[in-house]
Amino acid sequence: MVDQQFEPKIVGFLCRWCSYTGADLAGTSRMQYPPNLAAIRVMCSGRVDPTFVVKALQDGADGVLIAGCHPGDCHYSEGNYKAMRRYPMLLNLLDQFGIDRRRVRLEWISASEGEMFARVVSEFTQQLKTLGPLRWPHTIEQFCSPA
Amino acid sequence: MAKPKVAFYWCASCGGCEETIVDLAEDVLKVVEAVDIVLWPVALDYKLEHVKAWQPGEVTVAFINGTVRLSEQLEWVRLLREKCPFVIAFGSCAHLGGIPGLANATSRAEIFANKYHRSPTIDNPQKAVPLISSSVDGHHLDLPEFFKDAKPLDQVIPVDYYLPGCPPPPENVAAAFTAILENKLPPKCSVIGVDKALCESCPRNETKPDDFTITRFKRVATSTPDPEKCFLAEGFLCMGPATRGGCGERCIKGNMPCRGCFGPTPDTLDAGLKMISAIASHGEADTEEAAKAFADSLVDPLGTLYRFSLPASMLRRRAMAGAEQ
Repeated sequence: MVDQQFEPKIVGFLCRWCSYTGADLAGTSRMQYPPNLAAIRVMCSGRVDPTFVVKALQDGADGVLIAGCHPGDCHYSEGNYKAMRRYPMLLNLLDQFGIDRRRVRLEWISASEGEMFARVVSEFTQQLKTLGPLRWPHTIEQFCSPA
Repeated sequence: MAKPKVAFYWCASCGGCEETIVDLAEDVLKVVEAVDIVLWPVALDYKLEHVKAWQPGEVTVAFINGTVRLSEQLEWVRLLREKCPFVIAFGSCAHLGGIPGLANATSRAEIFANKYHRSPTIDNPQKAVPLISSSVDGHHLDLPEFFKDAKPLDQVIPVDYYLPGCPPPPENVAAAFTAILENKLPPKCSVIGVDKALCESCPRNETKPDDFTITRFKRVATSTPDPEKCFLAEGFLCMGPATRGGCGERCIKGNMPCRGCFGPTPDTLDAGLKMISAIASHGEADTEEAAKAFADSLVDPLGTLYRFSLPASMLRRRAMAGAEQ
């Protein structure tokens, strides 16, 4: 069941060279997409430590988007490859924590792909509406005894 | 002057931390010369009423090991906190949750079902599980509550110092005693160890190449590490880069990669996530499929990356599907 009332909170880590510029293009082109994503500009998707992703989820985000340059296009040659390797490892770990892996998404969005950025945010928002709120500390409360 | 009094208490633990006191060897004589051990459940008979009768401050320091798992343990540690000016979380379980903390990857209902129903050596047709309070034929039994999760000590009481390790090395225990006796204590809430990562003091650091790549992870159960080379460079997951040093590199010297019992370095929020960050940099996968195969070669990331620290990690525990009974 999709709760259309629920507005998911998405934290987006966008690489400064491609994806943030792509998001900018979506804005300057006046493309319509849901306002659920809070964009954080980082220098490179390779700078996105899994700690950032989990910190966002733990502190109230329902989903996290990591977006960087297409493989081969990294401004720092291979930062996005590090993101590419961390991502499935983080997903495997999230599975074991009981966090749906669809809550964390890695996308390659170039500076010219404003339309793609808008589409990714729309799809992801819809996906998270289907998954429902994460509310991490609250969710695990029922599995912890009060101390 | 009367000798300072010291208490040892154990919660959910294996007894290895008690063993480390014995491993002080002849130094234990110096300890008993300098202090009076007034409470030590593993060695001395002592009851809760005796502790309740202590004057506050009469016993200087309580070394508490083990994870807080039962309501009885919570009662004891709260009482010890009330009575003792210093409480030291002794060993990985009290510090970070330790091995019993891995129970946070499952639920109380699952633990009871495994232990009391599914275990092949159990004959339990009534499917009984321990109850906090039960009466049979006019006989009444009260048992401590088994908590839903395992808790490190600082999740239930304020802790003054941490002595990490599984178990803490005897040298660190001796150093802690000396610090207390000579009143040369580090700032409150300090972890007694070094602040740098284990790699800094690792005897194999020299053999670590400047750059290396890992194709797939190997496991010590199925491959034997070279006794000289850096474990990570060989493809064995070693928690050294994200783990506090000061342990004496006992595992490394035994040809076993670091499993992280000293916990994260002080500037690391979460050792497991930091390790993912670090090891992914050494992968050679350059397609999404290869990256997935690389990730899948790390079997049981939760149990490997949080072997000693799950309840103290950022996410603390697994969220189970369906409600806990």
